[in-house]
Amino acid sequence: MKVRVQNIIAYILLTLLGIVMVYPLLWLVASSFKTNQEIFATIGLIPKKWVLDSYAQGWKGSGQYTYTTFFLNTFMLVVPTVIASIVSSVSVAYGFARFKFPFKKVLFALVIATLMLPNAIIIIPKYILFKNFGWLNTYLTFWIPALFATYSFFIFMLVQFLRGIPRELDESAIIDGCNSFTILIRILIPLAKPALFSVGIFQFIWRWNDFFNVLVYINSVSKFPLALALRMSIDITDVVAWNRLMAMSVLTMVPPILIFFFAQKYFVEGIATTGLKG
Amino acid sequence: MIILLNKSKRRGSHQMNIDVALKSQKAASKTKAVRKKYQYVAFLYIAPWLIGLFVFQLYPFIASFIYSFTDFTMLKKPSFVGLKNYIDLFTKDQLFLQSLKITFIYVIIAVPLKLAFALFIAMILNIKLRFVNFFRTVYYMPSILGGSVAVAVLWRFLFMREGLVNKVTSIFHIPAVDWLGNPKIALYTISLLTVWQFGSSMVLFLAGLKNIPSELYEAARVDGASKPRMFVTITLPLLTPIVFFNLIMQMVHAFQEFTGAFVVTNGGPAKATYLYGLMLYQNGFQFFKMGYASAQSWILFAIIMLMTMLVFKSSEYWTFYEDGGDF
Repeated sequence: MKVRVQNIIAYILLTLLGIVMVYPLLWLVASSFKTNQEIFATIGLIPKKWVLDSYAQGWKGSGQYTYTTFFLNTFMLVVPTVIASIVSSVSVAYGFARFKFPFKKVLFALVIATLMLPNAIIIIPKYILFKNFGWLNTYLTFWIPALFATYSFFIFMLVQFLRGIPRELDESAIIDGCNSFTILIRILIPLAKPALFSVGIFQFIWRWNDFFNVLVYINSVSKFPLALALRMSIDITDVVAWNRLMAMSVLTMVPPILIFFFAQKYFVEGIATTGLKG
Repeated sequence: MIILLNKSKRRGSHQMNIDVALKSQKAASKTKAVRKKYQYVAFLYIAPWLIGLFVFQLYPFIASFIYSFTDFTMLKKPSFVGLKNYIDLFTKDQLFLQSLKITFIYVIIAVPLKLAFALFIAMILNIKLRFVNFFRTVYYMPSILGGSVAVAVLWRFLFMREGLVNKVTSIFHIPAVDWLGNPKIALYTISLLTVWQFGSSMVLFLAGLKNIPSELYEAARVDGASKPRMFVTITLPLLTPIVFFNLIMQMVHAFQEFTGAFVVTNGGPAKATYLYGLMLYQNGFQFFKMGYASAQSWILFAIIMLMTMLVFKSSEYWTFYEDGGDF
């Protein structure tokens, strides 16, 4: 009886707080279907008068570029960065997890230390460096650092994961004639798939949402990713078309949320299968 | 190797067994020998990171320190100016102390509130309930969108004078508040945006709560301990390592907050939300005072290091590790 009362209170609290948490997001979606007058007139979600063209109108953008450009730009920026991060991080993590080499401890301590290195400290010299390389206003500023495994968090994550895979597998692979590279490709990468997916998902969501770095490195509108396009729209359209701006905000949120829902299932599977083995 | 094995198969199973046994013995002794020595091939695998570390992390780190003693503007050749940038920041630049002050206020409000919420919700979600996954998703949702512009745009709409928040409060006859226009309130409005995104801290707390052995609670119940007492004597002490981790990560993050302040209020009104990250961005990339901004970034670095060290040092007194801490 006591437990039941406790559970009921928990449900009520969770629901009420949950509504407060997601109502803003729902309101944003609903507003994209309302007229501009109605958006700020009521707090209800269902539009009195449905506006169906705010997505089509918003997509046209405010200048000479449409959201097709901005979406493609974002994918051009994010997808190679994600792939480069996965490839470089797994190689480095393999080096740390499976080999003995001089200064290993010191170097791994550096991995951990760079985890806490604030971006704000290194951004100015990085900007000047990229300017000297001629990379400014290109996505190389994102691709190349990812290729050189500058996201220590992923190295750390993968090292932890690889340590969990028994070394006996490597040893039996050596007997079968594998060298260290084929062990990585044939044995460890297939087993580490869930962890590699996690790296990819994290990196996708982070790069997709990133605003500060694109603001610093990218400056021509034709190369703007969504974050900059939205920010440009909010400055230009300080007048009427709220619903169009909201519609485009909704669209930019869709890919990370989709990835999250896909990932949740994947994470659960990953945990379940490793749980069975352990 | 596989081909060799096939050959041996043809030679009869007995011979094959010996072959395999011999080979595996050889291989085993070979791996042993290799294991004792250094395996320099590892440098091939970590080479990308090593290069990245020097070019994109260590070099910029040192360079920003050196720039901070120059008048680097990208227009002319930088020259050494000693401590001028640092002295100017503290003595001439009135915005500097202002932005430092509000950044501290921001961190002190946003970080503890965020962690408190995260822990509170994690504790409720830790009760065995149906639909827990659904609720977890709901609470995590705002965090997926992180520091995205879309969320900042949303925040701007929600807290406008005629925005949703004032509409809701008017139902309860609470007079409208100028959330973003009033210098006394705007900073809190921005802080709320951070607090709203407590999902990742919540997930860590949830994992920590699941690791607490239920026997501890059962024993406490037998002893007649009350719920609040169990929280203070069992839950909180065992969670302190995670509190510690969350505190450090969120603090480092909060000191650099940028998107919210830039998109929602652009530092206004009357510089009330002119956070340190925003000032750094403007000095460096709008006014191109690179040397000056570098000095500013090193002051930020010193502050973050100092705060982290304080938390580390103090943690000896309040974190609890099962393998015996300083208790």
